[in-house]
Amino acid sequence: MTESLQEAPGPYFGDFGGRFVPEALMAALDELTDAYEKARIDPAFTGELARLARDYTGRPSIVTEAPRFGAHAGGARIVLKREDLNHTGSHKINNVLGQALLTKRLGKTRVIAETGAGQHGVASATAAALMGLECVVYMGEEDTRRQALNVARMRLLGATVVPVTSGSRTLKDAINETYRDWVANVDTTNYLFGTAAGPHPFPAMVRDFQRVIGVEARAQMLERGGLPDAVVACVGGGSNAIGIFDAFLDDAGVRLIGCEAGGHGLESGEHAATIAGGARPGVLHGSRSYILQDEDGQTIESTSISAGLDYPGVGPEHAFLASIHRAEYWAVTDAEAMEAFQLLCRTEGILPAIESAHALWGALRLGRELGPDATILVNLSGRGDKDVETAARWFGMLPEGNE
Amino acid sequence: MTALTDRLDQAQAQGRAALIGYLPVGYPDVERSARAMAAMVEAGVDIVEVGLPYSDPVLDGPTIQEAAEAALRSGVRVADVFTAVRAVVSAGAPAVVMSYYNPMLQYGLDRFAADLAAAGGSGVILPDLTPDVAADWLAAAAAHGLESIFLVAPSSTQERLHYTVAHTTGFVYAASLMGVTGERASVGEAAERLVADTRAAGAARVCVGIGVTTGEHARKVAAYADGVIVGSALVRCLLGHEDEQEALAALRAKVAELAEGVRSAR
Repeated sequence: MTESLQEAPGPYFGDFGGRFVPEALMAALDELTDAYEKARIDPAFTGELARLARDYTGRPSIVTEAPRFGAHAGGARIVLKREDLNHTGSHKINNVLGQALLTKRLGKTRVIAETGAGQHGVASATAAALMGLECVVYMGEEDTRRQALNVARMRLLGATVVPVTSGSRTLKDAINETYRDWVANVDTTNYLFGTAAGPHPFPAMVRDFQRVIGVEARAQMLERGGLPDAVVACVGGGSNAIGIFDAFLDDAGVRLIGCEAGGHGLESGEHAATIAGGARPGVLHGSRSYILQDEDGQTIESTSISAGLDYPGVGPEHAFLASIHRAEYWAVTDAEAMEAFQLLCRTEGILPAIESAHALWGALRLGRELGPDATILVNLSGRGDKDVETAARWFGMLPEGNE
Repeated sequence: MTALTDRLDQAQAQGRAALIGYLPVGYPDVERSARAMAAMVEAGVDIVEVGLPYSDPVLDGPTIQEAAEAALRSGVRVADVFTAVRAVVSAGAPAVVMSYYNPMLQYGLDRFAADLAAAGGSGVILPDLTPDVAADWLAAAAAHGLESIFLVAPSSTQERLHYTVAHTTGFVYAASLMGVTGERASVGEAAERLVADTRAAGAARVCVGIGVTTGEHARKVAAYADGVIVGSALVRCLLGHEDEQEALAALRAKVAELAEGVRSAR
């Protein structure tokens, strides 16, 4: 009888994880850990979260068979877990509702968040509006340009969006700036961390809040004839992937495949595939995991067409699952993801987020390997409305002069 | 005991706090940063804190970020920190390195400690590492006779103060306020109380940093702390002057102002 891998409590996942932060944040992280430990077994908290999931997010999210898409995947049966149908358009809402509720339990009145593509920022602004919390979102200046509509969306929801001009002006620098705000305002402020990375308790807590994806999907698959042969999800920091993987971790017959952003290809060096690209372990943003770094431990900027996967680190539990070979991690290039993106649009009438399109490519590749008898569950983590401009530019669909 | 604690105790014997000046290695280049550190020593800094630029400095404000980013763009390497340490030591002052954890980790903790000790350095200030996760570093530091300087903050609980003090050698770095490095209009009121609480938790030497900007700030802090740490206000002198002689003149003037502050406190 082997031990269950589900709901691993942290702070360590094998050699990965931990809490590497300035002393100024230790009291707040201890307080947060303590509050979360109590909340997760308190029916008042879990009941309220379940109510919000049902009445606000729209859970359970459905699963959709995708046979016309599957025909391109070696005829394999492809089933999509539809996190794109959640309120705000992605899985991010699952996590922020939990963390925002926890903020209220802590008696804090202000939340801060980092965002890359803007999905976590939008979700945070949404939860803050719902619960009457002040919300400040840090976003790399480069990303505020790439995702101008999401900036407006956050502002419409009442959040303050601060463009970050330090470093590479992208997600990693937005995280740095959010930490700086937190150090200065920790008395009143809670940090709504967007992915299953960072210092303890974030990797385990965010995983727990996203775990509902896999719990639902596993039951839905069993209702429809049995467990899938594989579960595929995209991995940046990795919250949607760990969310759908967790419930399947003890099902030894189910392959788990995380699709990292291969950018311009691993051989180009311009990618965001920390595990698949063979990165060394190191410490970044509060935990030990694989990170893109140079020989001196300076973080290397990542590259991906998908702002949500464009991050030089990866959640520590993924690093652990890779190290014990329970999950596989593949690199999917920009071009491959965009091919899968277009294919899903045209075969199923579903416009996926470019992040999720990386997982769709993984399903195409796996289906072609396994053939028509295979059943592959794909986490469709978000919808692609936010990506219309990027995709239109990629496929040359914009009017001339607008490129 | 290291050159660092000797110097702190010497200042104490003179009835004053020590002045500790920070500059990052590699801004605007390695040689000029080493000369600037030596100039600070000549102008009255007792101890130099040699900063190792890092791509993700979560505890630094805009001034130090700007210098560190420029240093990284101009190609500064981890090993350059030992060049700067040698320059400080030959100028006659103890040197401590301030480094975020990952560059040290990737260089190899034992190798880093060995090379720092060989360069004559006294220890390391660890802004993003707490003793809870520092066992590997502490072993390396002990093996090479280096001090491990951890931070305490106004948010530190009594329990954490005791824990941090118990694992700290050299001096305890007390953050004057909740926030990142940078110049401020005044020094946080929490600082004096934090120093008293840190001493009560058993610390022999407590130095205060973050936000100390003027001679007047230095004077106020020196009245109750064993050392006054200044970073951004010194880095500003270099950022503001392209010409090396002008930069050094501004730096010497700032150090003189701060040195006068610590000498007129008690």
